[in-house]
Amino acid sequence: MFPIEVSSLKKCYGNLNAVDGISFSVNNGEVFGLLGPNGAGKTTTIEILEGLREKDGGDAKVLGLDPWKNGYTLHKKIGVIPQEFTFFDKTTPREAIIYYSDLFKVKVDPDEILKEVLLEDSAKRNFDTLSGGQKQKTGLALSLVNTPELLFLDEPTTGLDPNARRAIWDVIRGLKNKGKTIILTTHYLDEAQQLCDRVAIMNHGKIVAMGTSEEIIKEHGSGERLEIHGSEKLAEYIRANTELQVDYNKARGEIIIPLEQKIDALAALAAAEQSGMDWGHIQTLQDSLDDVFVKLVNAKVNEQGEIIDDAQAKPKANDKRRR
Amino acid sequence: MVSGKRIFSDFKVFSRGYLRNVFGLFFGLIFPVILILIFGAIFSGNASGTINVYAQNQDTGYATQNLGNTFLETINETSTVRAITVDPTENFTQYLADNSASDGIIIPENFTISYGTGQPVNVTVYGNPTASTSGIISGTVGGIANYMNLHYFQQKYNDTTPAIIGITSTTVNTSQTKYVDFLIPGLIGFSILVNPMFSLVNISSEYKKNKLFKQLSLTPLTKMEWLTSKVMFYILLAAASFLLMVGVGILAFGAHVTLTLWLVPFLIIGPMLFASLGMLVGTVTKNPETAGIIGNIVTFPMMFLAGTFFPLSIMPDYLQSVAHVLPLFYIIEGLNNVMVYGNISGAIIDLAVIAVITAVIFALAVKLFKWRED
Repeated sequence: MFPIEVSSLKKCYGNLNAVDGISFSVNNGEVFGLLGPNGAGKTTTIEILEGLREKDGGDAKVLGLDPWKNGYTLHKKIGVIPQEFTFFDKTTPREAIIYYSDLFKVKVDPDEILKEVLLEDSAKRNFDTLSGGQKQKTGLALSLVNTPELLFLDEPTTGLDPNARRAIWDVIRGLKNKGKTIILTTHYLDEAQQLCDRVAIMNHGKIVAMGTSEEIIKEHGSGERLEIHGSEKLAEYIRANTELQVDYNKARGEIIIPLEQKIDALAALAAAEQSGMDWGHIQTLQDSLDDVFVKLVNAKVNEQGEIIDDAQAKPKANDKRRR
Repeated sequence: MVSGKRIFSDFKVFSRGYLRNVFGLFFGLIFPVILILIFGAIFSGNASGTINVYAQNQDTGYATQNLGNTFLETINETSTVRAITVDPTENFTQYLADNSASDGIIIPENFTISYGTGQPVNVTVYGNPTASTSGIISGTVGGIANYMNLHYFQQKYNDTTPAIIGITSTTVNTSQTKYVDFLIPGLIGFSILVNPMFSLVNISSEYKKNKLFKQLSLTPLTKMEWLTSKVMFYILLAAASFLLMVGVGILAFGAHVTLTLWLVPFLIIGPMLFASLGMLVGTVTKNPETAGIIGNIVTFPMMFLAGTFFPLSIMPDYLQSVAHVLPLFYIIEGLNNVMVYGNISGAIIDLAVIAVITAVIFALAVKLFKWRED
């Protein structure tokens, strides 16, 4: 049995298909990432799995239970940090842990949990005086009180500074090493690459790619290419004297040659040398998860996870020039 | 299954948070006491009830008699008006202006002689028609003038018939009921209303907005347990506030209050009613801003019209009918019935009305309040 099994899951808000028939399963002890821009359907998916929202169609089983109907039973077995975790202002992380242990009727050592999430220093400060990272760590601490085997982390590092993000990553890696199964949502590609064993890229409510980062790059990336810094004339010379496909990026002054096999690079470089023209630095490149993501989602995403629309950015640049 | 341990644990976290918040403490406990001190001082001081009025006696008298002086002495014998004598040489209107006063009395030069010879003579009363004090002064002066007229004719016709109608003044309950005695139940009602109401409107809409309810729904705490712990807290706060206000009322103003066990149901049902009502407002509104506005619309009429600061009897009839649809009215009326009049059967009726309203609102709040979305 998989800890999480989802098939043809659907959720609509009015006319909008927030989650549009997605299927996936999460293995035991795995860190699984739902990656995508804002509005892709990540949070809706994870909230259905947590039993916070009711699905409209398809099937979802978490630890063998229907999350909506058996929510009360399920919640005793899972740990959750909702997006933008908040807590009672005038309560300290230590008191919060004791409160949760009373609610779950379990005995825990608050200091041990505080240590596990690297929060010992701020254990006795009121929640409203904590930094963003410390607040998230409090959320992590609370999600561990009932010693769950399965953890749901909804955008655990959104809005945090790079140091705080790394600290949260360390905590998550520690939990993974303890054998916990974790499903997290994020719009940070580096976070997905750093933490996740497998990711599912979501866009408009659908999963557009799924697997390990390598698998996704291999399946959806464009393979290796050679880039030579040089003139357009040189690009024409190489094109005329080899059988290679040669593209030229005028803006960057880069000659781009997709490599079907590695030896093609030698032929290109030999032609460049033969031409007697000047050429600068060379590099071979491969699509990163970032490139594949941009290709699949058809847009770039900013720090906040919002789609940056290139079509809108261009007229603005023109406006500037006209002025 | 409702768990006492979870309710207690939630109660502990909530009350600790409340006590750590200075503003909450101030508004919860100290503010009503300050109101008692302010209103008590305004209306219960020694000077209250007597109106000072400047009076100029221009009467020159006849032989040893000066009826002008007798007239002013008679005014001073009333408990309502006190005459402050102004030297006859002063320019009276200028004197009133210099002392920022609008009320004044002038007794004319030939007052004693005119009375003795039966010539009509007028006492002049200055007054501001918009001020209630002026009405009282001219009423008092008119009363004394009538008495003197009656006396004149009795003497003239040698009539010994005594006055037929007289006035004996007294107050309810013979053991002198003071304003502060009404003020204490009113302000206890105020505190029972304001604390749970504002707090729950705010909490329930804020928790919804920042998803704290969602988060609590991921624990075994149920919404019934959560609401119960809040109601418990506000019952205790109401009890503390009650003791503080009664203590201050007795120590500072010598208030007379009857303390019996009949007060307990009011101190329990009251906070329950307004915690539920606050919860309901926070639940049915979209965001904390709207919730705040609706909360104020519901709360403010009760705060002023339900007999909190002033007895209902001084209000016009239509406002008194408005008061009868406000739940707080029945709490304050009930508290007055127990604490001031000792009218237990009246209090039981009030209690029954509140119990029904509370049951309906509590049920609605629990039903409409959602932990999670669908």
